Amino acid sequence: MYLEMLRIRFLMMLAYRTNYYSGILIYSINIGAYYFLWQAIYGGQESIQGLSVVQMTTYVAIAWMARAFYFNNIDREIAQEIQEGKVAVEMIRPYNYLGMKTMQGLGEGLFRLLFFSAPGMVIVWLAFPISFSAEVSVWGFFFISLIFSFIVNTQINLLTGILTFFLLYNTGLIRAKRVVIDLFSGLLLPISFYPLWAQDIMAFLPFQAISYIPSMIFTEGFTGGEVYSALFQQAVWCLILIVPIQILWVTARRRLIVQGG
Amino acid sequence: MNVIDVHGLRKEFKSYSSRKGLGGAFRDLLTRNYTVLRAVDDIDLQVKQGEMVAYIGENGAGKSTTIKMLTGILTPTAGEVQVNGMDPHRQREAFVRTIGVVFGQRSQLWWDIAVQESFRLLKKVYRLSDEHYDTHMKQVIETLEIEPLLDKPVRKLSLGQRMRCELAAALIHNPPLLFLDEPTIGLDVLVKMKIREFLKEINRKYKTTILLTTHDLSDIEALCDRVVLLDEGRIIYDGGLEALQNNWVEGKQVEFEFQKPVAKEELEQITAEFPVKWRAAEKLRGWKATVEGDDDTVSKVMSVVMSHHSISDVKLNQVSTEEIIRNIYEEGMHRHG
Repeated sequence: MYLEMLRIRFLMMLAYRTNYYSGILIYSINIGAYYFLWQAIYGGQESIQGLSVVQMTTYVAIAWMARAFYFNNIDREIAQEIQEGKVAVEMIRPYNYLGMKTMQGLGEGLFRLLFFSAPGMVIVWLAFPISFSAEVSVWGFFFISLIFSFIVNTQINLLTGILTFFLLYNTGLIRAKRVVIDLFSGLLLPISFYPLWAQDIMAFLPFQAISYIPSMIFTEGFTGGEVYSALFQQAVWCLILIVPIQILWVTARRRLIVQGG
Repeated sequence: MNVIDVHGLRKEFKSYSSRKGLGGAFRDLLTRNYTVLRAVDDIDLQVKQGEMVAYIGENGAGKSTTIKMLTGILTPTAGEVQVNGMDPHRQREAFVRTIGVVFGQRSQLWWDIAVQESFRLLKKVYRLSDEHYDTHMKQVIETLEIEPLLDKPVRKLSLGQRMRCELAAALIHNPPLLFLDEPTIGLDVLVKMKIREFLKEINRKYKTTILLTTHDLSDIEALCDRVVLLDEGRIIYDGGLEALQNNWVEGKQVEFEFQKPVAKEELEQITAEFPVKWRAAEKLRGWKATVEGDDDTVSKVMSVVMSHHSISDVKLNQVSTEEIIRNIYEEGMHRHG
């Protein structure tokens, strides 16, 4: 049943072709822009904070490509379904609403990974100097880490989405969340580039589990034991975030109001 | 055994009211005024298997709220609910497998994908066997004549087409209990008739219990032998449709069309001695008189009116259900206790 939902999501994504093509373009432009920006910042320097130019370019490219996978709009969808009262229809279906939403997110993510990131990566690889690791283990760790980052990001999205039950209107919150994730997850800037005090704070937040960890693993910025502890950190966040989601969901169900008749 | 068994069901909503003016708006930021609104007020309702029950009332009378509690979407504030032997809210996932729901005003099909993809997904959701799906759904699709619509995305269907697909989607798992919330809203006569025929058929064939809310009284006349009338969250009538017609209004309705404009006061004056109520008819210079009493009174009223004013047309009607319901709404329960 959940697999069927994946399939449906694929169909839905395919229903809007323009979105698909423009998506590839936007990601490529973003990566290009950051590439030239970092070129300028590095100037003649060999490395900054232990990352070389090539590593940095790879970091940016892989961070964006990973984003295509973990990023989804289910927070906005949940909010919309609540605002339009569509959640009523979801409640008469014999499935777990949050589970279904997660599955839809995964469908969206897989679609983007296969049809966006893979071809996009080829283009980027041809255009910019990027180093891919030859080691199978790095790829393996990267994919495990990517799955965790999907889970953490989806959990945060679910949390933001469920909050609509209480706020009834939370577009602002969703936007804020998106900026916070882009900034604190290490998508725009590797965490190691932040001032130390900021790094200390971020160590206590789940955001770096989303982008920084998988990207660092892929660029081999993490080595040896660091990889394991990073993966462990991601796993811990996955478990911790289940708690507030369940609490909020149970409360939300109890005080659900269906808007619009 | 009762399919629906409800005692003392109640639902309260807190509704916020905004204060007036800019100062009020700032105060609203800190504390808010709210009033508790009782949408459903201590309802008792028992429905047996195979019954077709119309659940009617004005807008805001609490119909949809009741349905939402019976389907497990909303939590009741108080009261006991047993539907299909389960607690709809607590045992939601198991419970919703035994019901079908159609909301006339919102779609439960997926907007961007073809109808048959929605069906296929629902088939998986309800874990139906291919066998069941093929035999049962084939029939439903045939009776509702939606075969040619199956490969179209839902957003491209007309309302009537969509509604038939919605109905098919709600019946995919052949539930013993069907909730219909305004299923014929905005549909043309032909589609309405098709839907009614279909509902009657599944009721006959599978003994499906049907609870429907509607504003279209012809739906009720065509389908339901039992009517539950709701007003301000309370049940004010529960019984047969015929009994409703017999008990609430005796007498007939006479529709006059005058040659010249006539004022209501004039008419009231000349028929003052009879138990008559005048109301403007839809036609120009037309007036409707609801006469309570036997045929004798009716003919007297007619002769009095005709001797005072020249008329171009006159019609004698049985009071329609619509009229009765309108009377009930307007006068409430006071007059008839």
